[in-house]
Amino acid sequence: MIVAEQKSFDEISKMVESFDKVLILGCNECVTVCLAGGEKEVGVLATSLRLLRKQGDRPITTLEETVTRQCEWEYLDQIEKLAEEADCIISMACGVGVQYVAERFPDKWVIPALDTKCAGGSVKHGQWEERCGMCGECILHKTGGICPVARCSKRILNGPCGGSQNGKCEVKDVDCIWDQIYKRMMALGRMDQLLEIEPEKNWSKARDGGPRKLVREDVMIG
Amino acid sequence: MSENKSRLQTLFEQGEFVVTGEIGPPKGATGSGIREHAKHLKNCVDATNLTDNQTAIVRLSSIAAGLHVIQAGVEPIVQMTCRDRNRIAIQSDLLGAYSLGIKNLLCLSGDHQSFGNHPTAANVFDVDSIQLIRIVKRMKDEKVFACGEEIKSDEPRFFIGAVANPFADPFEVRVYRMEKKINAGAQFFQTQIIFDLERFDRWMELVRERGLHERAYIMAGVMPVKSAKVAAYMQKSVSGMIVPDEMVDRLKKAEDQKAEAVEICVEQIKQIMKIKGVKGVHIMAVGWEEIVPSIVEKVGLLPRPQIPGAALAAV
Repeated sequence: MIVAEQKSFDEISKMVESFDKVLILGCNECVTVCLAGGEKEVGVLATSLRLLRKQGDRPITTLEETVTRQCEWEYLDQIEKLAEEADCIISMACGVGVQYVAERFPDKWVIPALDTKCAGGSVKHGQWEERCGMCGECILHKTGGICPVARCSKRILNGPCGGSQNGKCEVKDVDCIWDQIYKRMMALGRMDQLLEIEPEKNWSKARDGGPRKLVREDVMIG
Repeated sequence: MSENKSRLQTLFEQGEFVVTGEIGPPKGATGSGIREHAKHLKNCVDATNLTDNQTAIVRLSSIAAGLHVIQAGVEPIVQMTCRDRNRIAIQSDLLGAYSLGIKNLLCLSGDHQSFGNHPTAANVFDVDSIQLIRIVKRMKDEKVFACGEEIKSDEPRFFIGAVANPFADPFEVRVYRMEKKINAGAQFFQTQIIFDLERFDRWMELVRERGLHERAYIMAGVMPVKSAKVAAYMQKSVSGMIVPDEMVDRLKKAEDQKAEAVEICVEQIKQIMKIKGVKGVHIMAVGWEEIVPSIVEKVGLLPRPQIPGAALAAV
């Protein structure tokens, strides 16, 4: 899933200081699971904004709604009337959701309430970690199902580098993923595979090739 | 084409025990300090490394520094990391470096930028150190760029070096990775600074078991540690390094810590020379270059061998 984190309240409140009626829009997918932008967070943000503005001399009206998915226009159609009422929309979705909202409501000012972090998941309650680097060409069959592109600080494909010690990366608070790759490959009896040199990667399939687009004519309608 | 070989490669091939030094380029646009350091190293080392923005701190480029040491009469080993350049910039710099008379190249991953003075910078890591070695080898042996396109003339023919760290983990994997570097094209190795000789000895055993000492020239990295304070700092703060307590204690107890530092370093080199498969020593004096001649002398490695007719390339 997409992992995101809420921006500081201070930052959000500054972005909305010139607006008097805002729609705070949550998303019921990834950001609900990672406790950043679901229905509950929408409620908390709305209350906090109203309290803050009440203390000043410019009260704010908040409209609250959470849709199934912000990254699909179909679900945004349902909030058309609410959007019309508001001066601006605070999207509590990932960067994809924010842009879908902006595209669907071209005359509305849209504010991002979250920082989108990575494609990952929860490893324990309250902790999320990156898992996929979205490089566009999966190599997990070569590395025992552990991704060095996303999880090695230097995205080294023939690791580990000399900075690995006691299972830790030279970068603070990071596990050495090549340590884990080797241990897993050894346990699976596939060390020989790691002795093969992985050649230079084709990064043109990653973001380096420009914005990516996927076209499937077989499922297109009309 | 022996006339094209570097002094470093020639000495290895002649079976000499090779000595190299290291110079860290300055954080300013001048070569005078580099040339000064090179003067200290001249005639007591066979070549010297020029580090490439080490610990991710902006410094004068390793290639430009290489030219300064050539002008001071010392052969350079230019370091090249994968952190700051993509394969286009790397190959362009390799052509440039070779055109200036630089013949030895040391390929590394590079410290992560979070350690340096620009922690908010983007890193590159388009290729890793093993892929870099492979690119340099293919330029030389196959006369092609990384993309496969032919280099029609004047291909760079570097003597290819790599690093090995016997003190990083997982221990066994270190030797596998070294083998991978040799398979990629590495011809010589410089190790991380060795303080824990016992571990280095065990590592060399694994190296010999796989016959790697016969496929590449291995140089052991050493460092004269000026004071107990520096040793304690390195023990605590430098990644990928093991500094034994005994060494810190020995420096602490010494009346003249600098003299003791030299003594320790000389002892280490003498022990390293006895280890089968080690073909040279790489002395990283890190700002204390003026001490290198007396260390090399005390070990008994002076004078350095001369190569008849091998003048450094005039620029």
